[in-house]
Amino acid sequence: MRFELMYESFFKIIEGIPLTLQVVSISTVLGLALAIIVALMRISGRKSMSIPAYYFVYLIRGTPLLLQLYFVYYGLGQFSFIRESILWPILKEPYWCGIITLTISTGAYSSEIIRGGILSVSKNFIEASGALGLNKIKTFLLITLPITVRQALPAYGNELILMVKASSLISIITLMEITGIARTIISKTYAPVEIFLVAGSIYLIINFIIVLAVGLAERKLGTVKAN
Amino acid sequence: MFEVFSFGSSGWGDEMLMGALMTVLVSASSLLLGILIGIIFAACKLSNIFILKIIANTYTTIIRGIPELLVIYLLFFGGSGAVMYIAKIFGYDGYIELNAFTIGTIAVGAISGAYSTEVIRGAVNSVHKGQFEAGKTLGLSGYGLYGRVIFPQVARIALPGIGNVWQITLKDTALISVTGLVEIMRQSRIAAGSTHEPFIFYTAAIILYLVITRLSNILFDKAEDTYSKGFISKGAL
Amino acid sequence: MKNLKLLIIGLVISTISSMALADGHWSKIRIGTEGAYKPWNFTDESGNLVGAELDLARDLCKRMNAECEFVQQDWDGIIPALVNGKYDVIMAGMSVTEERMKTISFSDVYMTEPARFYTTNSNSLSTFKSGDKTLNLDKDSSVTSGTISSLNNAMKGMNIGVTVATIHENFANEYLDVNLKTYPTQDEMNLDLVAGRIDAMLCDTGAAESLMETSSGKDVVTFGPNIFGGLLGSGVGAGIRQGDTDLKAMFDKAIAEANADGTISRISMEWFKKDIAP
Repeated sequence: MRFELMYESFFKIIEGIPLTLQVVSISTVLGLALAIIVALMRISGRKSMSIPAYYFVYLIRGTPLLLQLYFVYYGLGQFSFIRESILWPILKEPYWCGIITLTISTGAYSSEIIRGGILSVSKNFIEASGALGLNKIKTFLLITLPITVRQALPAYGNELILMVKASSLISIITLMEITGIARTIISKTYAPVEIFLVAGSIYLIINFIIVLAVGLAERKLGTVKAN
Repeated sequence: MFEVFSFGSSGWGDEMLMGALMTVLVSASSLLLGILIGIIFAACKLSNIFILKIIANTYTTIIRGIPELLVIYLLFFGGSGAVMYIAKIFGYDGYIELNAFTIGTIAVGAISGAYSTEVIRGAVNSVHKGQFEAGKTLGLSGYGLYGRVIFPQVARIALPGIGNVWQITLKDTALISVTGLVEIMRQSRIAAGSTHEPFIFYTAAIILYLVITRLSNILFDKAEDTYSKGFISKGAL
Repeated sequence: MKNLKLLIIGLVISTISSMALADGHWSKIRIGTEGAYKPWNFTDESGNLVGAELDLARDLCKRMNAECEFVQQDWDGIIPALVNGKYDVIMAGMSVTEERMKTISFSDVYMTEPARFYTTNSNSLSTFKSGDKTLNLDKDSSVTSGTISSLNNAMKGMNIGVTVATIHENFANEYLDVNLKTYPTQDEMNLDLVAGRIDAMLCDTGAAESLMETSSGKDVVTFGPNIFGGLLGSGVGAGIRQGDTDLKAMFDKAIAEANADGTISRISMEWFKKDIAP
């Protein structure tokens, strides 16, 4: 073990934390919006809505994220009609390709969590809200959503950790986040074990903080643990 | 457009299918290794021995907190070093080669094992305490108790969870192309680069993964039905 | 239960049996290569590893009376895996540089090729005119600095691609003031050059020329001088662990023979359409 090297590279690798957190948080917010839409489509009761939503989730959950990333980045970039379209300024950038892929991925996974949360809201609440004269949209925003958030929080905390881990893949499309910087250092020092240990510890710390934060939020919102 | 998938020496069709076969093989062996690891570490977590609990918790925390890509890199580069270090202790001073398949299985198996640990631990916990007590009352212990009474019940409860672990494992094998193993992901990267047709090859790879997912879902559903014989319908569980 | 037992036993046996023990005699040499660096080493439609270095390696092994086995390895881990003992030799279009010599040793150079910039004919860089045809980094900086600064001015702020952990990346880091993009493979950099994500790439001329032969690479053009020497190294050689001096001696002898009898020139003409023997 070259401890001095590990110490030096730690300070270089942490420079990648802002990009990692930026990509994760933007994708998480966009992904949550996508997830709510997909979840509502799935439970809408209308086949024209629920079937596309079902297959979207199936497609994303059934394929590796790395492959989705390659598909969005290299696969779509192959066609000149895409390169000449108004989408190209966005798809041209590895940064946005990474965010789009992560958004779609977390959108699919979280839609299942949210669907489970919505279905766990007792019918009595909905009926009571109807009796109070709230319309459908108000019922959803004021009754269903807050309860859903509370119920889905533990599973969603897990999803956040998965997102931080998944973001390491964007190093493959030239982005210099934590893993990207680690790879660059390895290419000069030929010490993969030492450098990846440092990078791995940084991810562990980030995820540990997320676990603490989600735990705090759970206590605040009074989430009832399943077990 | 589809001539790139022709079989034989002029197209990539047979190579892609071989890649799919390799993905299935390495996923299956990783899942089995993972279940083995899962049984051991679930036993550690359920034991009353403090140090074993700590070891098992450290393992699952690390694997679940570090990106899969890094775990695979670490085991890939550190793995053979560790094996050689152990061999040196036993007096063998030379190079020991682990082939790409073995190292890939170990790496993905280690990740899969962390998830299996939780599934198996949960399943053991959900076996009613009365079953242990009844078994002991009948004079059973060791294999008689765990092998004949507890394990079949754990297996039944764990099966859907293991089905999920299989899905995760299948997708994680896409990351072991760094070890040089030619599975779907690596093969489609090579073909996409060589033909300059990334769209068509990544689409083909997506379809191959979906087919494998679909077929394995059917298998797991069948297995669940078999193991659930004598129980109330699946929906009630 | 029985089935599970059998499966576990089978798994353990198969793992142990795949641990091949390599001995110190060089009757069998494992050669690590990338398989994504046309025409040096790449994968063809039959899934076989082919290329100039594969042909050369087979010829050299014959001269050394050794059996050759090829191992595929991603470029960014190719030196650590050699040091780890995953294979004994690297033949992967790797230039001999002082930086790499700190970690591994090299055989004598078996082929040598300059580096060059490539862009597409729709990019403004395609009209770049350079005063000098060559840029020899071994020469004094008073000779080279003019060419380097004119290249730098033309590319200022642009996206320039290199493959990770290469002499080209080192060159860019040392001399260029650009927005550098590093790629895991040449193939993927080619895709992004053609897609227009990068304005130009710096790479080995042979690798770029084989892209330009394909239909998707028809718009790719070169600009600027042929660049060599200095931190670009002294040419391509076989990477060998520092302790294996006997193996290095075997390779040096075989390479000298293959160069003397024209084998290297012949292989080079076949794959590069030009003679790049040292």
